[in-house]
Amino acid sequence: MTTTPILRIDDVYKSFGATQVLKGFSLSIQPQEVVVLVGPSGSGKSTLLRCINLLHPPTSGRIWLEEEEITAPGVNHDRVRQRIGMVFQDFNLFTHLTALGNVMIGLTKVRKMHKKEAHDLAMFELERVGLVDRAGHYPAQLSGGQKQRVAIARALGMDPHIMLFDEPTSALDPELTGEVLEVMQQLAKEGMTMIVVSHEMGFARQVASRVVFMEGGVVVEEGPPQQMFEQPKYERTRAFLRKITDLEGDEK
Amino acid sequence: MQAFLDLLNNVTPGLLQGTVITLQIAAVSLLLGMAIGLPVGVGRVYGPVWLQRVLGAYVTLFQGTPLLIQLFVVYYGLPDLGLTFGRMEAAFLTLGLNSGAYQAEYLRGALQSVSEGQMTAARAIGMSKWQAIRSIILPQALRLVLPAWSNEVIAMLKNTAVVFVIAVPDLMTQAKNLSSRYFAPIPIYMTVAVFYIILVGAVYLILRQVERRVQIPGLTGDAESAA
Amino acid sequence: MDFFQDLATTFNFILQGLWVTIGVTLVALSVGFVFGVVMAMLRVYGNAFFRALAAAYSVIVRAVPVVVIIFILFFVIARFVNLSPFWAGSLALGFASGAYQSEIFRGAFQSVPPGQMTAARAIGMSRVQAIQSIILPQAVRLALPAWGNEATLVLKDSTLVFVVGVPEILRRAQQVSARTLEPFIAFGLALLLYLALTLLTTQVLQWLERRYRLQM
Ligand SMILES: Nc1ncnc2c1ncn2[C@@H]1O[C@H](COP(=O)(O)OP(=O)(O)OP(=O)(O)O)[C@@H](O)[C@H]1O
Ligand SMILES: [Mg+2]
Repeated sequence: MTTTPILRIDDVYKSFGATQVLKGFSLSIQPQEVVVLVGPSGSGKSTLLRCINLLHPPTSGRIWLEEEEITAPGVNHDRVRQRIGMVFQDFNLFTHLTALGNVMIGLTKVRKMHKKEAHDLAMFELERVGLVDRAGHYPAQLSGGQKQRVAIARALGMDPHIMLFDEPTSALDPELTGEVLEVMQQLAKEGMTMIVVSHEMGFARQVASRVVFMEGGVVVEEGPPQQMFEQPKYERTRAFLRKITDLEGDEK
Repeated sequence: MQAFLDLLNNVTPGLLQGTVITLQIAAVSLLLGMAIGLPVGVGRVYGPVWLQRVLGAYVTLFQGTPLLIQLFVVYYGLPDLGLTFGRMEAAFLTLGLNSGAYQAEYLRGALQSVSEGQMTAARAIGMSKWQAIRSIILPQALRLVLPAWSNEVIAMLKNTAVVFVIAVPDLMTQAKNLSSRYFAPIPIYMTVAVFYIILVGAVYLILRQVERRVQIPGLTGDAESAA
Repeated sequence: MDFFQDLATTFNFILQGLWVTIGVTLVALSVGFVFGVVMAMLRVYGNAFFRALAAAYSVIVRAVPVVVIIFILFFVIARFVNLSPFWAGSLALGFASGAYQSEIFRGAFQSVPPGQMTAARAIGMSRVQAIQSIILPQAVRLALPAWGNEATLVLKDSTLVFVVGVPEILRRAQQVSARTLEPFIAFGLALLLYLALTLLTTQVLQWLERRYRLQM
């Protein structure tokens, strides 16, 4: 490792009652890296992201964010989450707030900004995702792709140091995925560190600095996209990646 | 006919006085019920288990027994324990506690129908649990609860009619006194019925306007899901 | 020891009102059922005149406090026939409940698929026959959960006949408290008795609903 990682996950276990989901997951992520995380359904991808931002703190193991151990006792979880942006599969926009309101509320309530300042920053973030003209619309009045872009703007407003995406395009109609992936690609270009759970293999090829394949709660194999797609070490990796690439091909 | 108009002339001032008291009781009790129902509803969903149990018992007690008997316990019974209330206070307290139980239940239903993702997303941008409840969950739940709450307002107006049994000078008490003075219970109670119809109708129309005013696309409650 | 004996005496006295309360509830529910079903049918299948009549009944009665309706009907009935307070009060309560039940059954009638009527007419039934033997049995089943809820409401409202002197639970509690001078105990016991009654009723209704659902 040449630089210190922005995020270090060390031997994380997570169980829900009797079901063990993560079984000693470890991964280090460098600043400005884009890691695409793939794996079969139920392998623990969403659980991992929720462990990272402490929505579901790990059962054991440790996580460092910018050299601070966030799994240490006494750490303020709310403060940690402000530094970690999260984008959900089903958007989870606040239903009672407009697009602008969705971006502003974290700024005023969490970052304690003044209304005016929050408004200006929120408009800036909406501009970044190309939705200034939809600022006054409520979630019910937006398309899926627009909702997801608002959700990204909402996360960006908190000035996160790393962004987690949990299947950001899989609830979208195929013709709407492009606009979301474009925004994410732009973010990557600007140097945002990102972990993206996604089966969009085109995006992984073009944007990812690394692809991580997990199964059964552990990393099976990881590497640059080219290597992962063309000469993976394990047959299991090859089979899985071929399967999802084929599925994607079918859809297009 | 002339006799009826004369009677109407004689009883209307008294009935109007009673109407003012009825409205006053309904308004104060509704506000008291809201002050109780809001924290109880939130506590029943987000509170610790022991608190949920205690609040559940309160709701069951007040929803499972007749308002009239609750009123007797408060006005005639509680003085045995050293808690004595005036007639108006007893009316406010009983109706407020009763309405609080119903309002809490409506709110609970609405809180539970706000999707879990809303809380997750709020926590993900760094809000604390209570911050998320206050600025994300409650504003949605309060809109969802509005239709059920409107029904509660109308139920309250009608419920106030029982307080005459402790001689609070409301519309019913006035009617009772007037009908024994004029020996004409039927026309007088019919007139009272018309008074209630006008009150309920007016409140209904006003609440419908309010509902329309605060409506947000994608966030409409229906009485069934909230109740 | 004395305290418990007094408590038992008081409770026994109030308990005799239980049968009256149950009687009032059952009579009112049945009367309300008849009014409710008939009015709902008129509302859904009647001509313009009957539709308006049924709608007026439902809207007006539901806008007036039940206790006012009890007073009005109590005096109206007393003018024409010599009925005991029990019967007058129960009928009045039933008339009020009928308006609420008519809304329940109206919803149920309307949610029976229209194809049912068409099919019944297609096999040669008259309109009335179709309503009677095809639509009504389905509607009553659909109405069951809401009707159970109304039943517990009528049970609680049955205490309102107190105001016309029917010796139900609350009236008995009032009488005994005048004698023992311990109103808290008397009314508290009445409250608990009612609570037990409503909880039991809810349980029974839930059981019925579950059973009925299995048969579907
Ligand atoms: N809150 C929870 N309580 C109990 N079990 C859970 C919870 N969250 C996840 N699980 C279980 O953990 C396992 C992994 O779930 P997870 O959502 O992390 O998988 P995933 O890799 O994201 O799958 P998918 O591709 O379907 O989204 C599943 O078996 C799931 O049932
Ligand atoms: Mg997942």
